[in-house]
Amino acid sequence: MLTMQDVSKSFLGVRVLHGVSLDLEPGEVHALVGENGAGKSTLMKVLAGEYAPDEGTITLDGTVHAFSHPVQAQAAGIGLIHQEFALLPHRTVAENVFLGREPVRRGFVDRRAMERRTAELLAELDETGIAPHTLVKDLSVARQQTVEIVKALAASDVRVLVMDEPTAPLADHEVELLYALIRRLAARGIGILYISHRLREVFDLSRRITVLKDGRKVATLTTAETTADDVVRAMVGRELGSYYPPRADPAEIGEPLLTTAGAGNERLAGIDLTLRAGEVTGVAGLQGSGRTSLVRALFGAAPFTRGSMTVAGRPLRPAGPRQAIRGGVALVTEDRKGEGLALRQSVRDNALLVTRAVHGAGGQAGGVDGLLERVNLRSRGHDQEVQYLSGGNQQKVVIAKWLAAGPRVLLFDEPTRGVDVGAKAAIHTLVRELARDGMAVLIVSSELPELIGMSDRIVVMADGTFAGELPAGAGEEDIMRLATASDATPEGSAA
Amino acid sequence: MTAVRTEAPVSAAPRRLPGAGRLKVTDPVVGVWLAAAAVTLIGWIVVTIDGGQFMTQSNFTGILQNSVALGLVAVGQSAVILTGSLDLSVAYLISLGTLVAAETMEGGSVVTAVLAVLALSAAVGLANGLIVTGLKVNAFIATLGMAFILRGYIEDNYTGPAGDVPASFQRLGYDRVGFIPVSVFLLIAVAAVLWLITKRTRLGHHMYATGGDEHAARLSGVRTRRTVIYAHVLCALCVGAAALFLASRLGAGAPWAGTEARYDLDSIAAVVLGGTALAGGRGGVAGTLGGVLLLSVLDSIFNQLSVDPFFKNVVRGVVIIAAVALYARPFRRRAKERDEARAKEKGAVA
Repeated sequence: MLTMQDVSKSFLGVRVLHGVSLDLEPGEVHALVGENGAGKSTLMKVLAGEYAPDEGTITLDGTVHAFSHPVQAQAAGIGLIHQEFALLPHRTVAENVFLGREPVRRGFVDRRAMERRTAELLAELDETGIAPHTLVKDLSVARQQTVEIVKALAASDVRVLVMDEPTAPLADHEVELLYALIRRLAARGIGILYISHRLREVFDLSRRITVLKDGRKVATLTTAETTADDVVRAMVGRELGSYYPPRADPAEIGEPLLTTAGAGNERLAGIDLTLRAGEVTGVAGLQGSGRTSLVRALFGAAPFTRGSMTVAGRPLRPAGPRQAIRGGVALVTEDRKGEGLALRQSVRDNALLVTRAVHGAGGQAGGVDGLLERVNLRSRGHDQEVQYLSGGNQQKVVIAKWLAAGPRVLLFDEPTRGVDVGAKAAIHTLVRELARDGMAVLIVSSELPELIGMSDRIVVMADGTFAGELPAGAGEEDIMRLATASDATPEGSAA
Repeated sequence: MTAVRTEAPVSAAPRRLPGAGRLKVTDPVVGVWLAAAAVTLIGWIVVTIDGGQFMTQSNFTGILQNSVALGLVAVGQSAVILTGSLDLSVAYLISLGTLVAAETMEGGSVVTAVLAVLALSAAVGLANGLIVTGLKVNAFIATLGMAFILRGYIEDNYTGPAGDVPASFQRLGYDRVGFIPVSVFLLIAVAAVLWLITKRTRLGHHMYATGGDEHAARLSGVRTRRTVIYAHVLCALCVGAAALFLASRLGAGAPWAGTEARYDLDSIAAVVLGGTALAGGRGGVAGTLGGVLLLSVLDSIFNQLSVDPFFKNVVRGVVIIAAVALYARPFRRRAKERDEARAKEKGAVA
């Protein structure tokens, strides 16, 4: 149905795609995987008309197309669901679905027709919970995504739907709903190109998998005949061997650097935690169990209101991040771009963010160079704006920023989210080295294998408190058993 | 107040009465009209205690009369701000408009003069739009530059009032129907046209979309540049109407007609008071009219109380800041909710 043949594309003389070919059958879910920078998004943007290819052809249902604008691709039947939604939050569902194609009657926009047609499209997808006249901002993220899909379907007789990391913004229970929606779309004969970092999704959904690396196609595999290991090997181009660095020796674990006793706030209760020098503590838990609340409380961003806390032996219950930082606590947040970095500033300025804020503007620039080397940053110099770095290197800048402040306790919230496989291992190694240097480390992660692989012990949370603790090497089942032992239900399901 | 409920959706099912059951005080459009009403009430009480008379016909006529020029400019300004742009050249365009109107009327017909002013306005609006979209100059700078250009031209060619407006055209500024000045009908007509354009036409939908998220709009097939240009032309035409009205009030053209009353910044203040987001994408003409009325009523109260003009400006400033702070509140709450929801969502075990 769709064939992309020998597509190449360069930006400013840098070749991003080297003659990539891809085909798609009707009703097929075809996964596209590869590390960050492998060229997945560029390839899809070429397909959707956002970039014009330098070489190569796109053939859809026997017609050769050369798109110069997304609208042409849409008209030809290619819809693209962006990672960041292209919706207007303050406009209604119907207004968004028909944006740019509003039906007109006697010179005026025919709202009724617009809303009726939107309701029909939603009904075709069994999405009856969305009213066409609701403002998009009042919908949950999952429903906004549905609106985005409906918008693509309304644009034309869609033959190909490209989905770029569609599950990234979704909560767990919403992912299932998206799966169901994708299967319904495929059943209607729509071919789906599915970009994802998460191999589990790829294996759940796809019929075939195309692997890209450094702008080239490595292989197209039939999902049923391959394994996750094969795919990872193709993505990385090498065996990853052991993913995780060795754990700490009992002898390496030192004195407590952070303790809490009976600590709590409106979301947490009875938090008795001890983080020791040289030890990596993992925190697991279901949705709404309070894991993020815990790190935010330790960092003073959403402070504890009860109980006591000490850092490096001194009482310190931070009322705000500044106090926590001065006390020697650092938090690498999950939202790297929003909370971790000033994207348009240089690597150096970002690395100095914390020291400048807390210790004044004094010129530790020299020290920063050493730190950036320490975290093994790969950039085109320290004057480069961080927005141009890969996710993994951005994360290294965030870590360097904290190291510059000389912390004793490092809190990581989803340390490798949005980081490609190769860089993940580098960050894991770095985290372990920092623990070995005598810092106390706490990791929150929704990837259980990562948590198990990295942690010297795992604390399991449920219902805003600790449900239990497991030693190194505990299995996923043990964690799940503790996490689900109480009658805590995922709060997110109300969303 | 029926014009206020502009966001009322019309569902596919039995047509709901516009706005039925959807009037929310938190909606800035409703809020600003309520505020205008409240200020009127307070003014009435304060002026009465002060020994004056507020609820008089002549006072109402004055308030309405004073709303017209600012109203026309602000309605136009709403269009550009909605689209995510801005026009700082309006004050000088008004001045030049009154001069062109009065001079053309002196030597020619009223019709020629009206057409000349509107043509001048459209040309300036088009230029603004082209500079913003074509040369990609930030609207603030582009229209500030245009303001300087117009100012230079005016100061080079005029030292004081010029031209002469015939009595027939001055009726626009002075005639009344009952106690309502006819110029108010001009404002209502212009506002109605702008309201229809923004709320009911594709251009209007595209203006909201462009102001809300230009990238998203373009990816949806909206011609965003053209939309911004149209918005600038619409704004300039409204400004032209204001210039014609002021020429008829003044009986001549004046180099200070637009600048003395600071129509540039005051129109932006009225737009923002009316709940239109300065970044664009949200708000509308109905709120702007409320903002204009609120400012006029305030002025009238201060005049009646003979308040020090400096203090007057202090109060205006406080009102504008307070209003915008109030509008920002629900969003702050929402941002917090979003943070919490995000915090919840990411707790999941993979």
